[in-house]
Amino acid sequence: MEPQSQLLMKEKTTETTRMSGSEAVMQSLLKEDTSIIFGYPGGAIMPIYDALYNYHDQIHHVLTRHEQGAVHAAQGYARVTGKVGVCFATSGPGATNTITGLADAMMDSTPLVVITGQVVSSLLGTDAFQETDVVGVTQPVTKWNYQVRKAEDIPAALARAFFIARSGRPGPVVVDITKDAQIKELDYSYEPVTGIRSYKPESPIDFHQIDEAAHLINLAQKPLILVGQGVVLGNAENELMEFIEKTGMPAAWTVLGLSAMPTEHPLNVGMLGMHGNYGPNIKTNEADLIIAIGMRFDDRVTGDLSKYATNAKVIHMEIDPAEINKNVHADVPVLGNVKKTLPVLTEKVSQNEHKEWLAEFKACDRIEYDRIIEKEVNPIDKGMTMGEVISRVSSAFNDDAVMVTDVGQHQMMGARYFRFKQTRSVVTSGGLGTMGFGLPAAMGAKLGTPDRPVCVFVGDGGFQMTIQELGTIFQTKIPVKIVLLNNNFLGMVRQWQELFFDKRYASTELINPDFQTIAKGYHVPSVKITEHDDLDGAIKQMVDSEGPFLMEVVVEKEGNVFPMVPAGASVSDIRLE
Amino acid sequence: MQAPDKEEFTLSVYSENHVGLLNQITTVFTRRHINIESLTTSESAISGIHKFTIVVYATANHIEKLAKQIEKRIDVLKVFVFRADEIIHQEVALYKVSTGSLLGGNEIEKLVRQYGARILEITPEFTVIEKTGHKSETQELFEKLDPYGVSQFVRSGRIAITKNKKELLETYLKKLEKDQTQLN
Repeated sequence: MEPQSQLLMKEKTTETTRMSGSEAVMQSLLKEDTSIIFGYPGGAIMPIYDALYNYHDQIHHVLTRHEQGAVHAAQGYARVTGKVGVCFATSGPGATNTITGLADAMMDSTPLVVITGQVVSSLLGTDAFQETDVVGVTQPVTKWNYQVRKAEDIPAALARAFFIARSGRPGPVVVDITKDAQIKELDYSYEPVTGIRSYKPESPIDFHQIDEAAHLINLAQKPLILVGQGVVLGNAENELMEFIEKTGMPAAWTVLGLSAMPTEHPLNVGMLGMHGNYGPNIKTNEADLIIAIGMRFDDRVTGDLSKYATNAKVIHMEIDPAEINKNVHADVPVLGNVKKTLPVLTEKVSQNEHKEWLAEFKACDRIEYDRIIEKEVNPIDKGMTMGEVISRVSSAFNDDAVMVTDVGQHQMMGARYFRFKQTRSVVTSGGLGTMGFGLPAAMGAKLGTPDRPVCVFVGDGGFQMTIQELGTIFQTKIPVKIVLLNNNFLGMVRQWQELFFDKRYASTELINPDFQTIAKGYHVPSVKITEHDDLDGAIKQMVDSEGPFLMEVVVEKEGNVFPMVPAGASVSDIRLE
Repeated sequence: MQAPDKEEFTLSVYSENHVGLLNQITTVFTRRHINIESLTTSESAISGIHKFTIVVYATANHIEKLAKQIEKRIDVLKVFVFRADEIIHQEVALYKVSTGSLLGGNEIEKLVRQYGARILEITPEFTVIEKTGHKSETQELFEKLDPYGVSQFVRSGRIAITKNKKELLETYLKKLEKDQTQLN
């Protein structure tokens, strides 16, 4: 037997049923609790789509307008639900169109299973029509991938795929299934995978490490907690809250850690990194202890590493051993799932409060409010600002909507000015910074949380990268609220050109189409506003609308996002203007 | 700040024996722009588990990160990193010289004796000499033989064995089982 089959072979303990490979795909997906699939059909995946036809009452298929949209939608779904997002795509271009979404999910640890059709196995390697080496090209952007060439391997491959996608540090998985494997029959039985010899999803708790961490925490005068997405992925929001409240330590968050704590919590001191808040950045180099929880010290958070957290010891609580000491040296690494390690740590730390230290953050907040926030949120000029729009939209949804963003200035403004009451309320492309992410991700987010309002902020640049998904929104009647912040510029790049390239605006100005006409073409109700006075009315119209809605706001053409830690600078050199 | 020195490291990578594993491992090096000096691969002492022995020049800091990135691949069981003094290692080299030059004098015979090499095969046209040793040693013999005409010279990648008493992988597999029971 060839090794590939050996890997997937299992002892048959349960009864089997004779069926086609394609039907086995459907049955396996149901076993893995899949109720929605985002995808796009094509030649090499037609047998699977044919099988799907019989399952339409159990599995809802969303036909996107591009495979990239399908993957981003699945990401949006996975991020708000915590479930595995599932996609279908055909071979060749269908599969290659998923690459951006896969890379995005890999960077942001989003659990996905992407099933791609492949040419019949006898044609593999012959440059057949729509043949691509999918396993080869997706290898660097997936947590695991696998090509199935025999129908009987399908159940075990999918069981393994789901286990890998959702366990440990989650990530995207590709299962490439040849057309003949989809057509041929097998004796089907399904056994979920619960462990793989060569794969250790999480480490057991090392109590010695936790004792050391508790010791440092109890001694610290100026501790700072950094909250990352690991808290959300581990469903450890309550455990985090208990830890924070017992120790009284200020807690800041990364973009992906946003909404793990309520915005208004007194110990929430704001956002880290390049466009984060003044306090958490400037205080990083005053802190004597950094407690990083489920975050990876991305360069957008740390700035110049040689001038980062220079006075602090670092406790790094993390599920992925490869993140320990990758960017920042951990004096005390605490490996494992924070859901399990945090309660043990909380038990061992002393009750404390850090009033004076917290007051220093409050002082920073006042400086930031006076210098930046006030004029961003309540501008006196005629033109509207992004911060103003975002803040008011947040209020209109009672600060309890799911916010999806695209990438750029509006994304940073969204992270800064939207407010949250509950977790899993943010879907944004953090690590990869994928323009075009927002609109399709919002579709998936809305389908994942039908009872909550989902509002997506997009810029005029990113919107046009996946604008065709308005077709999906119309066809599937997904009631997402789209806020287009239109400044007729690729705003973030323009901001860098203004600050670092002598205002040489090379290829950043956009001559845009009439978005209202486009919305009309897709039968999406819309409104366009240019004045402050019309803002509240337009927001009300959007909030009150039943279905999808596009609110286009023409904002200040050359607005900037501040504060800013310039790329490669120290967090201490944060600029307020 | 002075850049830390690069050293020679030998990595022993144990993985499941699947298609595409080599690619998964080598891309980790490619991504960090580290050149692989030598690579050998074959089944390990444990049936079904494959072993890669990889030699690179890198800083200690780089190597730690690299090893973790390789270990992160789902089908990789374990990566062990060794400095030169922690292992016994060997390479094999083959040299093809014309039988005429061997018979023309006793210099080649002398070199074979001196370098502890041996003659594998003699045909009327050519003679194949084999030498095992470190790269510097096989290289030295090549340079000595070259004046007499070496028509072919090949050298294998490194194989290495640890100075540890125990088989590291087996110890690791046992620990894995224990951790698994703890987690469940």
